[in-house]
Amino acid sequence: MKIAVCVKHVPEGTTHARIDPGTMRLDRSGEGAINPFDTHAVEEALRIKDAQGGEVLIVSMGPQSAQDSVRKALAMGADAALLVTDDAAAGSDLVGTTNVLAAALEPESADLILFGQQAGDSDGAVLWAAVADRLRRPVISQVAELTVGDGKVTGKRQTEFGYDTIEAPLPAVVAVSDAINEPRYPSLKGIMGARSKPQRTVSVSELGVDGGGIGEGGSRTSVQALNDPPPRGDTVKIEDDGSAAEKIVEYLAEKKVV
Amino acid sequence: MATLVFLEHHEGELLKPALGVLSKAAELGGDVAGVVLGSGVRDLAATAGAYGASKVYVADKPELEKPLPQPRVDALAGLVRDQGFDTVLFAASVLSADVAAGLSARLGAGLNWDLTDLVQQDGTLIGKRPALGDTVYVDVGWNGEPRLGLIRAGTFDPKESGGEAEVEDFDVGFEDFSLGATMVEQAHAESEGPSIEDADVIVAGGRGLGSPDNFKLVEELAQALGGAVAATRAVVDAGWYPYATQVGQTGKTVAPKLYVACGISGAIQHKVGMQSSGVIVAINKDPNAPIFDFCDLGVVGDLHEIVPKLTELVRQRKS
Repeated sequence: MKIAVCVKHVPEGTTHARIDPGTMRLDRSGEGAINPFDTHAVEEALRIKDAQGGEVLIVSMGPQSAQDSVRKALAMGADAALLVTDDAAAGSDLVGTTNVLAAALEPESADLILFGQQAGDSDGAVLWAAVADRLRRPVISQVAELTVGDGKVTGKRQTEFGYDTIEAPLPAVVAVSDAINEPRYPSLKGIMGARSKPQRTVSVSELGVDGGGIGEGGSRTSVQALNDPPPRGDTVKIEDDGSAAEKIVEYLAEKKVV
Repeated sequence: MATLVFLEHHEGELLKPALGVLSKAAELGGDVAGVVLGSGVRDLAATAGAYGASKVYVADKPELEKPLPQPRVDALAGLVRDQGFDTVLFAASVLSADVAAGLSARLGAGLNWDLTDLVQQDGTLIGKRPALGDTVYVDVGWNGEPRLGLIRAGTFDPKESGGEAEVEDFDVGFEDFSLGATMVEQAHAESEGPSIEDADVIVAGGRGLGSPDNFKLVEELAQALGGAVAATRAVVDAGWYPYATQVGQTGKTVAPKLYVACGISGAIQHKVGMQSSGVIVAINKDPNAPIFDFCDLGVVGDLHEIVPKLTELVRQRKS
């Protein structure tokens, strides 16, 4: 069983993240870390490997500094890593990112490709379905319970309406929810060992991807302007002196919501 | 503009968030059509006319019976190509996000997600998207066509315009891999009262309730107000309340007319899921809770005292 796990290097702590008003892109100059949602996908891959054997390949696309996130996943126990890093790919939108990742994943012929449930920086929760379409593989998303065996994968998930159990033949693409497991911390041995694990870095042209459809220039979406959040209006703040319930009802009546 | 709106449905009804997007598309102008995909859904399609669709395309196929994304990508890709739609809009859901993303890859079309508004600026469609924990609002655009957009659920209210839609069937060529995933089981979560996405009033409980038993205070107030009950991630993780009611970054995004937050501190993860609500009332013991920075009426006090009194007063008012 070969499992590829896609991980993203994101600015650490979204509270400090900012969009550069000059480039209109996320400022990636500060400290970065592995997207926390992706550590659940890494963990799930490691659990499958622990139970059934096989190998876990980390695949990432990002700046050179994304090596830090790749190494974190290796320290957790993954076997090898492939990082696509190329200035030409910076600022890629969903289609561009899909083209690059699919080109990186295709020759790896993984039985299972795992994603985390969303990107912590862009809040995107769409990449797996796009990559699955490009690779022409079945996809199951938001999986909170995963079973792999007999050439198929079964995922349980919650939707707006209840619980789905979905089955797909391997090779398949699965996005896991962060409810699926508790990711392990890398051990000291894992951290030491990560450095000596096979790590490849490739450029976009080495993957044979047409440069026209990637990067900011090739994006089908654009950022036009940055604005402050709309003000909410003033907050009325009161301390309960025993009459708070009455005051709330008066307020609701005034706002015509009761 | 020739706009197609993906009309998701459940148990024989078109979903409110999708109809809201349809109404918004009609307001923006141009040709507006809806598309309904499923099995035995032809009657449903006609109901979309009342919300602004002049035409509704229907693919009624057994392959589309279960709510799985990939056969829907096949259907939409064919329809968009054949009819030349320049814009395709979706109300975000577990299903529609996967459909939109698959369609983006299939057509090489730009997808903007998490949109909270759509406007025409000098004849160009612009989407508004809160980013980075809603600390910045980004104006996003599209290069080329078709443009794909995922709208945050609950952003637009459906508006009945009373029109009628012409219903047209279309055929779908399914890809082999699109039929690979199959639905083995669908279990429906039993819920009482309205679901939080559809509710005009939501009463939500957080850690400040103190114990799972105290959710009954929240439930009683919700019942008195005719609303639904929601919960924060912390209490869902603690097993106090079901995930289906979770509001926030890893739960649902809601925008009711009234949101009453009981014992909720207002962490950013929760804020992004409810800050578009009409009126936000917060009751919290801690005067420094972040929720007091973005609510309309903040009450510093003991919710165990205030909430039962409030429930009683609302009941009296309504009777």
